[in-house]
Amino acid sequence: MVSLSINGQTHRLDIDPETPLLWVIREWIGLTGTKYGCGIAQCGACSVHIDGVVQRSCSIPASSVEGMKITTIEGLSDTGTHPVQVAWLAHEVPQCGYCQSGQIMAAAALLAEKPKPTDADIDEAMTNICRCGTYGRIRAAIHTAANAGKA
Amino acid sequence: MTRTFALDRRAFLATGAAGIFSLTWSVPMPAKAAASAETGNAVGIWAVIHPDDTVVVRIARTEMGQGTMTGLAQLVADELDADWKHVRAEYVPPHENQANRRAWGDMSTGGSRGIRASVDYVRKGGASARAMLIQVAAARWNVPAQDCTAAASVVTHKPTGRTCRYGELAAEAAALPVPADVTVKKPSEWVIIGRGVKRLDTAPKLAGQLKFAIDIQVPGMLNATVMQCPVFGGKLKSFDEKAALAMPGVRHVFAIDDQTVAVVADKFYQAKQALLAMPIEWDEGANAKVTSATIAAHLTEGLGANDAVTGMKQGDAKAALAKAARVVTADYATPFLNHATLEPMNATALYTKQSGGDIIEVWAPTQNGDATLAAAADAAGLPLSAVRVNKTILGGGFGRRGQQDYVRQAVLIAKQLPGIPVKMIWTREEDMRHGYYRPITMARMTGGLDEHGNLTSLHARISGQSILAYLAPNRPAGSIDMVQFQGWIASEFGYMAIPDILVDHAVRNTHVPVGFWRGVNTNQNTIYMECFIDELAHAAGRDPLDFRRAIMGKNPKHLAVLNAVAEKARWDSPLPKGVYRGICQNCGFGSYVAAVAEVSVSEKGELKILRIVAATDPGYAVNPDQIDAQVAGSFVYGLSALLTSENTVENGRIAEGNFDNYEVMRLAQMPKVETVIVPSGGFWGGVGEPTIAVAAPAVLNAIFAATGKRIRTMPLKHHDLSHA
Repeated sequence: MVSLSINGQTHRLDIDPETPLLWVIREWIGLTGTKYGCGIAQCGACSVHIDGVVQRSCSIPASSVEGMKITTIEGLSDTGTHPVQVAWLAHEVPQCGYCQSGQIMAAAALLAEKPKPTDADIDEAMTNICRCGTYGRIRAAIHTAANAGKA
Repeated sequence: MTRTFALDRRAFLATGAAGIFSLTWSVPMPAKAAASAETGNAVGIWAVIHPDDTVVVRIARTEMGQGTMTGLAQLVADELDADWKHVRAEYVPPHENQANRRAWGDMSTGGSRGIRASVDYVRKGGASARAMLIQVAAARWNVPAQDCTAAASVVTHKPTGRTCRYGELAAEAAALPVPADVTVKKPSEWVIIGRGVKRLDTAPKLAGQLKFAIDIQVPGMLNATVMQCPVFGGKLKSFDEKAALAMPGVRHVFAIDDQTVAVVADKFYQAKQALLAMPIEWDEGANAKVTSATIAAHLTEGLGANDAVTGMKQGDAKAALAKAARVVTADYATPFLNHATLEPMNATALYTKQSGGDIIEVWAPTQNGDATLAAAADAAGLPLSAVRVNKTILGGGFGRRGQQDYVRQAVLIAKQLPGIPVKMIWTREEDMRHGYYRPITMARMTGGLDEHGNLTSLHARISGQSILAYLAPNRPAGSIDMVQFQGWIASEFGYMAIPDILVDHAVRNTHVPVGFWRGVNTNQNTIYMECFIDELAHAAGRDPLDFRRAIMGKNPKHLAVLNAVAEKARWDSPLPKGVYRGICQNCGFGSYVAAVAEVSVSEKGELKILRIVAATDPGYAVNPDQIDAQVAGSFVYGLSALLTSENTVENGRIAEGNFDNYEVMRLAQMPKVETVIVPSGGFWGGVGEPTIAVAAPAVLNAIFAATGKRIRTMPLKHHDLSHA
């Protein structure tokens, strides 16, 4: 039995404790905003917050995050108005959108740690893959969210 | 026409909006009544108008991030004179198109055709609906229709100022015959076309709400994954399902064809773990001996072979080259490339046995709904009328999802488990190793200069794999694959003022499947042509821009775009120390494009791409903001290919399995991209693909300016750019 706290709700699950957190979130809990892209922590589509730190859930055994606070894209904001989401909308960042849950989670974690990130900070923190190539707008939106001052 | 779509559309809305899927459905029946008030009234086939004036534009093409759903809605809404604030978009399901004699036309979405191939009929559809609404209002007021006008979803009787909202007219308008002859607006009359309006599909992408095909959840659903013989052309010999069946959640293990084994479990993760643990024996066949080295030898032989087919010929290039004052030659090569859509291949299928004929329902991330319907019918062994296809928004397409291999597999699995919906997902490794790769090609470029350094003759020899030879093997004997010559046909080539030109292709196919990779052969061909032109300019001691201009006298549109990019990049202005420029141009997918790259290369060889200026003449620009997004993104696709991406062949299989060794560009490498849109009017060009082709050559030419090194084989990661 593995007990996980996801978006403020506790789930007790009879699963293989080695099951990666990504698949627990997607297949056992049914929250599909967190995406599968590579399974080896390369692409970042599966990014979630674990105790406030952005991590790649595809490569984290569920049992290793028991008792920790897990936040997925669905739990980032009740109203979809986290400053990163607001800035993303203003800049129309997404193209296909598949990587964007992970990008938004990574950006939100960056701003929580560094409210006014430099371009170099953004380069270092934003390592998720976007095949559509929205990187320029991601950078601009992060600066906008930072300047909104609420992040 | 029949109104079968009204019933169908309601079903689609229910599934799309609530994410709950009806598991029982019947083959569409002609509906007598128009769509209900609840679902709005279909005024013609392209617009559904609700009582509250919401206009739902119906979209036949596929949205995969390129913005076509928004762009096509703009085209219809403008002609309809709809109030853009209340416009939405929805897919026409492929089975509805099929049941209505394909009234919505071609659903295939590729070749940057979404707008340019639909523009005439969707605008007429909008204009027809407008005329129908005006006709109803005029009849109500008992006035001539020509005294009425429409704007922002309101019809106005000009002499009296009386008005009526579209929502009040739609039910009656829906019952009218669609007028055959309507006139579309002149560009000067457009109010929505040409505006950078916001996309219609952004909000659900920001909170994880958009359901991609991989996210589909159907009650009672099982999950599956497959493994195909890693060597293309090899066969499945045997597998031992005992161990797999003993693992948690695993329900079924079976072969679905002679090269593929499937594991079906409660969860995808369980299916994947079981498949990886299962002993499988393959009959790899003769292709297991093929390597990248044997393929390279095969293509190299083609560079000088006599069995080439001609793509373009002007004058007599071979004779002219023999007489040239100076001949320059260079060989180039580009590798296989996987599309690597971030959402891996997947599809969900439900096969239902029932009296009166079995049916199959599919949920698929497809770039071609018609082809998905046909593939599902074929795999299920059912007539087209027994297939229902639910399209999703795609997590990237880039050409990969025009192929239907993954749809076929999902249907074959579902057919073995009637009554149970099954979602099949490929692992990234399966996706990387079973693509339809960008074809591997080489080129031998030969140019002849006269005594003044003018380019007077050109021979481009391509050697390499033909896409159509693979995808359409039953073409008539002797067919030439003109896709191979993209950018090098007379209507696209920008240097027709060169007196003697020959472009030919020695077809050298391999066992590796190939397909349409975003930008297709413009990518390779533009590297070959535009880097070689740069080599010729250098050999002639001329400025690369001036050298190009001198051979563009017959191509004013190409030249105008090249000049636009040179002006925006201030080609003639001095650069900061250590910064160098490269320039190039091309025409593809109906648009004219050009780019300037600014780079620095440290003495140790560290490349920084600092700035890109990219100009596009798409004729008409439907949504400038989305063109900017497409152009910026196209540089990520093109520069990933230039910098790091490649698929190599070892023992007959693709060596790379994931993003750890199939490296793609990340944010830190992203240059500033400045998009210049120079629409010259009079034609509709694509924008999703053309600028990919100019990404690599602009940077390569800048690298030469910085280092004196000509890089002629991709990707760059294999080259040492250090310089003194």
